[in-house]
Amino acid sequence: MLELIKNTKIDFMGKKKIAFIFSGIISIIGIIAIIQIATGKANLGIDFAGGTSIQLKFEKPVVLHDVRKALEDGGLKDFDLQDLPSVNKILIRVKKTEQKLGQTSSEVTEILTQKFSGNKYIVDSTTEIGPKVGGKLRADAAMAIGVAVLGILIYVAFRFKFNFGVGATIATFHDVLAVLSVFYLMGHEINLILVTALLTIAGYSLTDTVVVFDRIRENMKVRHKEPLESIMNASINEVLSRTIITSLTVLLTSAALFFFGGEVIHDFALAMIMGVVIGTYSSIFIASPTVLLWGRKKAFARR
Amino acid sequence: MKKRIQWRFILIGATLMLAAVFFLPNTPFFKVMPDWWTKNMPDKGITLGLDLQGGIHLVFEVEGEKAVEITTERIAQSLRDIISKKKLNAEITSKGLLITVAPSSMEIRKAIEDNYPVLAPVETGTNIVYTISDKEAKRIKDNAADQALETIRNRIDQFGVAEPTIHRQGTNEIVVQLPGIKDPKRAIEIIGKTAQLEFKIVDDASPVAAEIPATAAPGEEDAVLKKFAEKIPADDEILFEKKVNRETGVVRKIPILVKKQAALTGDLLKEAKVNIDSSGSGFPHVSISFNDAGAKLFDEVTAANVKKRLAIVLDNTIYSAPEIKERIGGGNAQISGSFSLEEAKDLAIVLKAGALPAPVKMLQNITVGPSLGTDSIEAGKMAGIIGTLLVVVFMIVYYRLSGVIADFALALNIILLLGAMASLNATLTMPGIAGIILAIGMAVDSNVLMFERIRDELRVGKTPRVAVDSGYNKAFWTIFDSHVTTLITAAVLFQFGTGPIKGFAVTLSLGVAINLFTALVGTKTVFDLILSRRDVRKLSI
Repeated sequence: MLELIKNTKIDFMGKKKIAFIFSGIISIIGIIAIIQIATGKANLGIDFAGGTSIQLKFEKPVVLHDVRKALEDGGLKDFDLQDLPSVNKILIRVKKTEQKLGQTSSEVTEILTQKFSGNKYIVDSTTEIGPKVGGKLRADAAMAIGVAVLGILIYVAFRFKFNFGVGATIATFHDVLAVLSVFYLMGHEINLILVTALLTIAGYSLTDTVVVFDRIRENMKVRHKEPLESIMNASINEVLSRTIITSLTVLLTSAALFFFGGEVIHDFALAMIMGVVIGTYSSIFIASPTVLLWGRKKAFARR
Repeated sequence: MKKRIQWRFILIGATLMLAAVFFLPNTPFFKVMPDWWTKNMPDKGITLGLDLQGGIHLVFEVEGEKAVEITTERIAQSLRDIISKKKLNAEITSKGLLITVAPSSMEIRKAIEDNYPVLAPVETGTNIVYTISDKEAKRIKDNAADQALETIRNRIDQFGVAEPTIHRQGTNEIVVQLPGIKDPKRAIEIIGKTAQLEFKIVDDASPVAAEIPATAAPGEEDAVLKKFAEKIPADDEILFEKKVNRETGVVRKIPILVKKQAALTGDLLKEAKVNIDSSGSGFPHVSISFNDAGAKLFDEVTAANVKKRLAIVLDNTIYSAPEIKERIGGGNAQISGSFSLEEAKDLAIVLKAGALPAPVKMLQNITVGPSLGTDSIEAGKMAGIIGTLLVVVFMIVYYRLSGVIADFALALNIILLLGAMASLNATLTMPGIAGIILAIGMAVDSNVLMFERIRDELRVGKTPRVAVDSGYNKAFWTIFDSHVTTLITAAVLFQFGTGPIKGFAVTLSLGVAINLFTALVGTKTVFDLILSRRDVRKLSI
């Protein structure tokens, strides 16, 4: 039998203070990120903020600075550039303007065709989102997150007793906030694909929590004389290897997506990697201690 | 015991066959299948989303309010006729959504309201102001959206796009998806053009006409309009003719004073096609012919306005304003202007398909070039193969023979997932590919949970068969719970997500749901088979 982790006796519950402080900070950053998003100050993607994004693939390498200068000389304002030098790709994002949809993109292509006549390019993709659609997508995303969290909360409450439900929900919220806060701090774009990743993380991070909770519930039946804290510790230690291995397999596929999946899915894969790692951490260090804090042993159920 | 295992193998075999049948259209083998197969068996398979095959996704908003304005104006015009026919004395003006009648009297009100019960008074007094009732306005808007949908469909049909998707969304939005299109910009222009064709008499007789400057540079139009706003007669307006110098490419705008009321409109058109000028210039023009009613009207209009100029106006831009030399019978005319052959072709398309009942505004445009789609598919394949290999190898290294069984279940899972997607004719998007790859990582989770349980049971000294059975039973609810929570979020994503995200929700939820079957039935069957053969003392796990 090959075992990664054997008969550990780590005092996880004893580390709850450090864990709570760490997670508290990261969650607060996440909440700040949400406020910044809601007020439109965060780096919102075109799909949420409205605007134009154009990805071009040049025949020969281009210098980002030259593109910037060409566009500025051409009279384009309020734009961001990003490049993928290995494939000669340039991503141009223009924040929402008063212009009619379609005008900005033709302006950009006209300028670049003129200034880079010796280096042909093809338009890989164009995305133009009007302000109305952006607002709707933003509302939809907020709604989706709300409904998903509520759905999970109801299911967990139905399958477990209330305080376990609270523990699981807080751990789930924590995971979503943590990934969001990292993206926010890194200045990455907050867009639909990230929201998709966040929701997937919310659903998946519960797997580990459920594994831990199941074992606690089982152990509570046979070891009901022991204090809850030691039951929790023992349970987490018992399931530690499977918690880590289940995360590891998803981590392997997420990493494959990250390194080989191409630019479209890059940020999604990055969010998944972070989410899986944080989800494993929270199922060990956050979910159970929260249950413990919420209500002492009497509130625990045998189901 | 043995018999039950047999049945389960048959079940697994049957689902595999079914999946293969559904997925076959996506493989090269489908082409070499006999006729009876291609005719009677599923032939659609999985389709690629716009992000993978390239194409455009557009959302337009039909400006229904404008359609109501147009109707308001039309009603005002007809009220003027009614009033004058009845020899009543009232001035009727329309502005935006309002029709003002001055002065108002019982008799006038009766004449108006009997003829147009859809008009609701909003202001009464010496003058009366009407507007179209809310109910009628809603009907007009709804109608406009329907008509716009129909017109756009016609235009796209004539433009020639394979498998377009065009549908209404909400009250006033139209979604257009054109896969694999080569010239997205042109398509957008064809769809978005209102194409309201009007023939208006040029009012050269008015003294103001002489005062209007001969040309204006682009951008100066508003200044000209403002300058003359007060001076021009009430039933006239200034429109601009756009002239492009074919050698230098310089654009000039020529302001022309025309009658507001169109003498003839494009809804009386029968045919529009592109011709090349025979005069030797080689420039294209669009020949149009009217239907019988249109021809008659054209005949009358030209007869009544000989020596005057007739402006051909498309969406409030004058294409040309030739002089009517003589009465024109037969109902044929041509639109010339400074356009390229391609522009002329597109103009013919929009004229033939008819005008939009109201202008449309583009709300969203997502265009993906074919090369990005191909790159994405390649990258997705690569990530999928590497991800799967990593998981497969890990399971074998960690769980030995049991790992092989888990990998068998994983293969089963992937085949059934593709089969299920094909049976639903699902659309595969890039996030959808990511969903499949994630589902591969999650699929073995169930086996990990079971195997760890079985290990627990073996540790406390149970025999392999007992350990497997109780391990399965104990892990079942954990696996079930974790699958359900993932399904909840996938369902939410499906509900709220747009195109590509929906694709993700589909692959993830199908992958996770199928996993319940492959992990619980697939793996267990193999275990049972091994354990039923002989008395197994030691389990390779």
